[in-house]
Amino acid sequence: MIEISAYGVSKSYGRTKALDNICFETEKGEIFGIIGPDGAGKTTLFRIMTTLMLADSGTVTVAGYDVVKDFSEIRRIIGYMPGRFSLYKDLSVEENLSFFASVFGTTVEENYHLVADIYRQLEPFKKRRADALSGGMKQKLALCCAMIHKPRVLFLDEPTTGVDPVSRKEFWNMLSRLKNQGVTIIVSTPYMDEAGMCDRIALIMNGRFLKIETPSNMLEQYDRTLFSVRSDNNASLLRQFRGMPDIKSCYPFGETLHVVADKGFDISSLHSRLVSSSPVLIEGIRPTIEDCFMELNEK
Amino acid sequence: MSKENAIEVVSLTKKFGDFTAVDNISFSVSKGEIFGFLGANGAGKTTAMKMLCGLSRPTSGDAVVAGYDINTNPEEVKRNIGYMSQKFSLYEDLTVYENIELFAGIYGMKRKDISRKAITLLQKLGFYSERKTFVKELPLGWKQKLAFSVAIFHEPKVVFLDEPTGGVDPVARRQFWFQIYEAAERGITVFVTTHYMDEAEYCNRVSVMVDGRIEALDTPSALKKRFGTDSMDSVFYQLARGAKRSD
Amino acid sequence: MKQFLAFIRKEFRHVLRDKRTMLILLGMPVAQIILFGFAISTEIRNIDTALLVPEAGENIRRLSERFEASDYFSVVSLVSDEASIDGLFQRGEADLVIAFSPGFEESMYSPEGASIRLIADATNTNAASAMTMYASNIINDFVSEKISETGMPPVSGVQPNIRMLYNPQMRSAYTFVPGVMGLIIILICAMMTSVSIVREKETGTMELLLVSPVKPIVVIMAKIVPYFVVSMVNYLTILALSVWLLHLPISGSFWALTLLSVIYIVLSLALGQLISTIAKTQVSAMLMSGFMLLVPVLFFSELLFPVDSMPLVFRWFSDLIPARWYVIGVKKIMIEGLPMAYAAREFIILSVMAAVIMAVSLMRYKNRM
Repeated sequence: MIEISAYGVSKSYGRTKALDNICFETEKGEIFGIIGPDGAGKTTLFRIMTTLMLADSGTVTVAGYDVVKDFSEIRRIIGYMPGRFSLYKDLSVEENLSFFASVFGTTVEENYHLVADIYRQLEPFKKRRADALSGGMKQKLALCCAMIHKPRVLFLDEPTTGVDPVSRKEFWNMLSRLKNQGVTIIVSTPYMDEAGMCDRIALIMNGRFLKIETPSNMLEQYDRTLFSVRSDNNASLLRQFRGMPDIKSCYPFGETLHVVADKGFDISSLHSRLVSSSPVLIEGIRPTIEDCFMELNEK
Repeated sequence: MSKENAIEVVSLTKKFGDFTAVDNISFSVSKGEIFGFLGANGAGKTTAMKMLCGLSRPTSGDAVVAGYDINTNPEEVKRNIGYMSQKFSLYEDLTVYENIELFAGIYGMKRKDISRKAITLLQKLGFYSERKTFVKELPLGWKQKLAFSVAIFHEPKVVFLDEPTGGVDPVARRQFWFQIYEAAERGITVFVTTHYMDEAEYCNRVSVMVDGRIEALDTPSALKKRFGTDSMDSVFYQLARGAKRSD
Repeated sequence: MKQFLAFIRKEFRHVLRDKRTMLILLGMPVAQIILFGFAISTEIRNIDTALLVPEAGENIRRLSERFEASDYFSVVSLVSDEASIDGLFQRGEADLVIAFSPGFEESMYSPEGASIRLIADATNTNAASAMTMYASNIINDFVSEKISETGMPPVSGVQPNIRMLYNPQMRSAYTFVPGVMGLIIILICAMMTSVSIVREKETGTMELLLVSPVKPIVVIMAKIVPYFVVSMVNYLTILALSVWLLHLPISGSFWALTLLSVIYIVLSLALGQLISTIAKTQVSAMLMSGFMLLVPVLFFSELLFPVDSMPLVFRWFSDLIPARWYVIGVKKIMIEGLPMAYAAREFIILSVMAAVIMAVSLMRYKNRM
């Protein structure tokens, strides 16, 4: 069952094209990730899907409702967590939660079971003002506030930005539990390493979707050869690689160099082609979503 | 104390009342090294970095940064370091050239030297045609490259980078790190504080701070081996999971 | 309704938790009244006065005593020759010299009459005219008492007899209290409402409210309520201070005055709403309310300058300033004690203005970003 569909969505600010012909569909109960750097158009797309902004062209439906015509129905059934921390800093944890419950005409008691899992961690601090919470706690509170009215679809715009890895991991675990309750989740992130937590991902750059796939298919469809090179004189090797016509790119990565070549590149031939005073260790490496992103972006 | 160390930290501690933000940390960073300083929010990264930049006095302990003691000579420390953070580094309403001129001026460079060096830099970055563009009109990746160039324009011995590449696209990020490696090769020591593990992977060595202490310090590959995993994310998770405090 | 109450509760929490702002809000009227009432009074007191007395006499003594006894004058020196007058002014020892003519005592009873010259330092024109006026009043009183006392014929050279309507002692409280009310109410209402709405835009909470089923009218009304309460508190504070501290009575109906103030408060709150639809940041909302309201209100509400003496264009412009109509209305009811019907024009103009501003701000409130 299709929960969200977008066809030919475009939006410009003056001369800059923020979104360019975006098309996609998400299934009910899916975690759909929109992944791309800052300025790629993620927030604009979220604002259009959440009825906050009108697209220049194209149509979007959420749970069968049109974002332009039926915006008030949509506002009843979605939960939204904007990119920046958007709760009342001078209200306490419990005051924020009960305020957002009454905004949607419900109470914390009525829907407590939905957020119980997450809220239990916040309960020791429920009298604390929201601005005195840590980054990870703030994010949990924001998620509770977005969930308290039992939304069908949850829109999370960069929920993990500025949050440390431990809290990020916990956050993604919470999302998979929500998914099990049948909630459809649209989430954006600039961090490519979070792609694996989504059922399907769309890579976005300059307002365009580069590709929509499951993370594992995306990695499988990567059609280049990737290997790491390590020696005592990386700088000289780097120059040599950059001079080779059949090498696409080479860049330093920690103690090693990462080298990208076309599919079918013969790694074993490299030892004879490289000039090095010290031993060179060459290893094939598996691509990451970031590598896929760069490959697709170059096309 | 070795001459080749750009940063040498001995038993550095900072207390705020009963709260020990930085708890007796010791480490050294050699010249030209790219050193990752990791930690969760509230682990004490920022407090430690402020002390190393000469902005805050340690409660006890000692550190030598860029050849100067942070206790006795904080002003000289400041003169010999560069600083860049993602949040603030350039003035958005000044042009590219005006930003360079301003920061070089702050470090006391002469006008004639500034203009000669600025032109070379802009040509090298491929920004020369954009020298009169307002910074706010540049794409994020360009801003970061420019911000880093400005931070090392006065040839500091050590440059501090605070979460430098969060949110930037992968292509721009690689170009940015290439710039950092070039600077390191010229002998500039790079000190990166971050909690993004993809930035950590680019470092020569990383330290992980938990509750004010340094819990691990090694190369990324050695750490991964030690914790039996193939990602720095997981290394960090295993170390920081037990943290008692946050923010 | 439950939703609306939840909003109101939240707005009150915002207001009450911001202790510093709260203190400013409630302290501002007190500070203003005290400043205007005591520190920067437009009345003049303790005028340094010198007497030029060529020869002593009974009438001169009695008149001098009256000057001494007055709050307005303090006699600092007594000279006997004309030539020393210049020196008194040059050394800054006197602001006013009361010069009795030679042969004053005798000429009082002669047909030509006696003369007294008032010589004032006119570098501050307002002050100079005020002190000569006070002085003439004292002299006039003395002369008229003398006439009734002795039954002698009126002397020649009668001073003009000025009667001060409604404000016989020319007390400045009568002018500034309505002005301060007009200023404080509009500043607090417009500035605080606009800032509190724009703050929600800035922190992103407005996005959340927009994406919820809440009606815009609920958001707006909820913002208005706490500042309405704060403004009513301020209104009552100013009235209390002016009655008990400045001894300025409410001559007309308290309820008419309150009704007029409620209309003006609603108008000011609507103006704040309107500003919030234009301003993007809290700072710009603050500056907009500051410049768009403070300056016109100061200049065109009769707080500092009489509007009637301004050029025509400015008088037209002043007609657009709500504070001006409010101040006129307050003067009519509070100072002149006129019945409500006499302020009908002010009531109607303010109500229409409030309705128009409210309608425009509701129209401008966007359903999307």
